[in-house]
Amino acid sequence: MSIFIGKNTKLLVQGITGREGQFHTKQCMDYGTQVVAGVTPGKGGQEMDRVPVFNTVLEARRQTGANCSMIFVPPAFAADAILEAIDAEIELIVTITEGIPILDMMRVKQYMVGKKSRLLGPNCPGIITPGESKVGIMPGAIHKAGGPIGVVSRSGTLTYEVVHQLSMQGIGQTTCIGIGGDPVNGTDFIDCLKAFEADPETKGVVLVGEIGGSAEEEACQFIKNEMSKAVVGFVAGLTAPPGRRMGHAGAIISGGSGTAEAKIEAMQAGGVHVCKNLGLLGELCREVFAEFVN
Amino acid sequence: MKIHEYQAKELLRLNKVPVPLGFVAHSLAEVREIAAKVVSFPVVVKAQIHAGGRGKGGGVKLAHSVEEVAARAEKILGMNLVTPQTGPAGKKVKKLLIEQGVSIKHEYYLSLVHDRASAGIVIMASVAGGMDIEKVAAETPEKIIKVNVNPLLGIQSYHCRNAAFLLGLPVEAIRQFNQIINSLYQLFTEKDCSQIEINPLVLTDSDQLYALDAKINFDESALFRHKEILELHDPEEDDPLEAEAARFNLNYIKLDGNVGNMVNGAGLAMATMDIIKMAGAEPANFLDVGGGANAEMVENGFRIILKDTNVKAILVNIFGGILRCDVLAQGIVQAAKNSHIDVPVVVRMEGTNVEQGRKILADSGLELITAVDLQDAAQKIGSIVGGLK
Repeated sequence: MSIFIGKNTKLLVQGITGREGQFHTKQCMDYGTQVVAGVTPGKGGQEMDRVPVFNTVLEARRQTGANCSMIFVPPAFAADAILEAIDAEIELIVTITEGIPILDMMRVKQYMVGKKSRLLGPNCPGIITPGESKVGIMPGAIHKAGGPIGVVSRSGTLTYEVVHQLSMQGIGQTTCIGIGGDPVNGTDFIDCLKAFEADPETKGVVLVGEIGGSAEEEACQFIKNEMSKAVVGFVAGLTAPPGRRMGHAGAIISGGSGTAEAKIEAMQAGGVHVCKNLGLLGELCREVFAEFVN
Repeated sequence: MKIHEYQAKELLRLNKVPVPLGFVAHSLAEVREIAAKVVSFPVVVKAQIHAGGRGKGGGVKLAHSVEEVAARAEKILGMNLVTPQTGPAGKKVKKLLIEQGVSIKHEYYLSLVHDRASAGIVIMASVAGGMDIEKVAAETPEKIIKVNVNPLLGIQSYHCRNAAFLLGLPVEAIRQFNQIINSLYQLFTEKDCSQIEINPLVLTDSDQLYALDAKINFDESALFRHKEILELHDPEEDDPLEAEAARFNLNYIKLDGNVGNMVNGAGLAMATMDIIKMAGAEPANFLDVGGGANAEMVENGFRIILKDTNVKAILVNIFGGILRCDVLAQGIVQAAKNSHIDVPVVVRMEGTNVEQGRKILADSGLELITAVDLQDAAQKIGSIVGGLK
């Protein structure tokens, strides 16, 4: 089992003919993802690595039965691409694009209320169910299929580091999700935690947070009240200066809130096993999840 | 992106938000010209730097005559202004705002910001204006009112009304206040602001509202559609190394520590800084070379890190995904050839093509310290820094 994507995921790529879109579509196909369609307005009828390209998302969905979209459209046009996917009732929309204006994303998020789609990202590495389907830009080879651990993170390469350490310890993953580093995003920590809690194959979760906002604090409240499965947590940015955006648009300590200390405190209060030294995360997971790992 | 107070007030003026009459001066000669035009005193002389708390550092002074304006200006212009927000190094004052004083019956606080959690724009106001709003929020949260606006709907009359009534404004000022909030909302959404803060918004003896101070920040992701805002950017306010890094598409933030670091990805970069601290040192920078870095970017990254004379060691931490380890290794070798690296460099890499990368480094003849994993890297940095003391 897994959450959000798996063997039945039929992927459509918006922006498939761009440099990034083309490269990563190929990588996803090589991993085993069913890539059924691409969308680039004006290039309908063409093929990209034997994947049919359509002018519109709706047409692509109707012709191919795509149920998931991965978006590589440049920031100026990305919100429009997400809205098109929402109106075409794509179930899962994974937005890789970094640098979408906040106001655009706020409007998208408000528009999504009550709609059928789930949005992941923007500014995220995507999602992978190892051994089944990869919808994103993460290196597939570092993952280990079969579970029992779920990973959810606001970051990209930091997630790869975490996954790599898990795999090196012989700990497999059910699904690994990057929810993105922007201040306004779709799927949040709690959505992922809920899904992991409900997934029988997932026995525990690693949650990777960073400075800025209060998503970790809210997640810890949820963990405390609603979760039976063990959670290992890590927060990046203890040494980040206040008032500066640390690469990710959402990674900023403003007005004394969003600090790593506050998030670590919330984790401890929520019963999360806090990893303070990233270099030892794999070993900590081996201890915490010992009963599920051989 | 930040702009100066005088630029923010110009935007407010264009959007029909009342601001006191004022002019910007870059030299004492300009100050005298402006002072001669003043119709009545007092006049306020305000340092223009990108940091708050200017009054506390002595960068804002009242003057009651032309001579006093000149005297105040002479002291402030060129001074190294230290405020709670500049850090101990302070900032050199290169511009002044010379502004007509207004009578003050009451000071309010008014701001518009993004609210991440609700994906809306929140109007914040308080009767406790003119003070540090974070302090007000911490000590007397009941004095802060918030009205949330859904950006799909836009601002409605009731939003303004509710804010005015919650704030307890005198009836004479309500219509004006509503007009101001409306204008600020239009400005906020049209120009993709990330914050508009008016602290204080003052009520004068004749019940007129004026924006006495103004801070406007812009969403950097939206600047591509606002060339006119981009022109307001003042490069003199930038850190020179940060500006140079930005030209090479490197995300670099200068810090005060002694261990430089180069990482791909923002989250891993922050975590690497934390590891440096844990190893007993302080990070000298944040540097995310990004997922699509090439050998030239890695070389430029090295050059910029080495320009910071505090740097005593460098930790390179790359998790190869799209950025392949062999490309990174070539960049390191190239950097070592082209610029003189005279501090120890610890390299930890993992991921795509790591074996080729390690071979390139080993064959290069460079004296690099390789680490097998993060824990190993931390220990190696720790022992180098320990040896410095």
